[in-house]
Amino acid sequence: MHQKKKMIKTDILIIGAGPTGLFTVFEAGLLKLKCHLIDALPQAGGQCSEIYPKKPIYDIPGFPEILAGDLTNNLLEQCKQFEPGFTFGERAEKITKDENNIFTVTTNKGTKHQAPVVAIAGGLGSFEPRKPSIENLSFYEEKGVEYIIKNPEIYKNKSVLIAGGGDSALDWTIFLVNMGTKVTLVHRRNEFRGALDSVEKVRELKKQNKVEIITPAQVIELKGENKVESAIISKENNQILEMKIDHFIPLFGLSPRLGPIGEWGLEIEKNSIKVDTFDYQTNIPGIFAIGDINTYPGKLKLILCGFHEATLMCQSAYKIINPNKKHIFRYTTVSGVDGFDGTRKEAEKSVVQSLND
Amino acid sequence: MSDVKISIRDRENKTHEILAPTDMSMNLMEVIRSYGLAPEGTLGVCGGMAMCASCQCYITSNHKINEMGDEEEAMLSEAFNTKPNSRLSCQIFITKELDGLVCEIAPEEL
Repeated sequence: MHQKKKMIKTDILIIGAGPTGLFTVFEAGLLKLKCHLIDALPQAGGQCSEIYPKKPIYDIPGFPEILAGDLTNNLLEQCKQFEPGFTFGERAEKITKDENNIFTVTTNKGTKHQAPVVAIAGGLGSFEPRKPSIENLSFYEEKGVEYIIKNPEIYKNKSVLIAGGGDSALDWTIFLVNMGTKVTLVHRRNEFRGALDSVEKVRELKKQNKVEIITPAQVIELKGENKVESAIISKENNQILEMKIDHFIPLFGLSPRLGPIGEWGLEIEKNSIKVDTFDYQTNIPGIFAIGDINTYPGKLKLILCGFHEATLMCQSAYKIINPNKKHIFRYTTVSGVDGFDGTRKEAEKSVVQSLND
Repeated sequence: MSDVKISIRDRENKTHEILAPTDMSMNLMEVIRSYGLAPEGTLGVCGGMAMCASCQCYITSNHKINEMGDEEEAMLSEAFNTKPNSRLSCQIFITKELDGLVCEIAPEEL
């Protein structure tokens, strides 16, 4: 049955839920603006949670040392009273602007978002699967080649070739073998890199002849009329092997790509979006770019610079959304923080009392 | 003088003879970027954490370079276009022993 997805409406639509995007929620909230974030990853934090959650950062003002994962959690905590909405695991794909200057951003899964202001806080871009250089690989995409396992059921009783040497290659091998799939695992080195437990499990499966492991080797060619039917594997000493398969799943991790945003008509320079340093607006009025994804003379790709850019951007966003409304900048120490959830944070009132009785 | 001479072939097969400082605790990836030998955003994407392979280089001279760490080895084992002389340039520290180093920037992963 055809189901119409509902439209998500907000004041500022933020693309990218990394540190800059999350801090934007806070700054916008102080101006009573609501935010919704889209991120291709399944969780908040961007690079901080995807690439280096356990790595320390030393240049966040006020934090002599903080783990990237903890910074993400702190930012989520700091902005939670402004009740941000999230669309996770989807990539912003298309953008249109209507006659009232309202933007509609549609994701790769068809979710539609509407807002008068769009803030691209996309960092390095969206994380896409790394693809091996095999001729015709793209021809077989969706025809037996998958980079991400979405529905393991389709591999039941099939012959699957997995390539890769990291955790995801090991974990999916274990999972699919246990499901009754015939799995062959190919890796370019003899050594696998993964959680000790996973490596042990795969070793055990190999001992029981439940999985075939070919190393060092790599897939160099795919064959098949309309879908993948066999793979050519090159082994040590130039040995070549042809293997009948139903699916080929290369699992080589993720790499960041600017992706569809590059086709939105924004001015791009050096893989980054050019902005005006007055308020980090792009060449399209109403679309801002903040954090690592933008560029301007003197740009530094630092989290702390992203915070500053987000703050200034929100001032202009306010003026776009409330064209005739007066507004004055205030310190949180003076005004406190009124959440959209009804909570209020404020400085403790000082007591005025005479000490002479 | 605390500079060393390094020869770098870029992705367009153009060779650059450049000087790299040994007293700035720089790595080879940073040197390549500081000379703009690859478009911004195509080399050193992860910032030097051995977490991407965008700064892969082939070392073609016989210099004794600091050994590969676990993280670099793991990354290279999943990288494409690798050769036996592949290294992540972000893990190569510029020292005076590297004077005369010759290397080639690996193709960009597409």
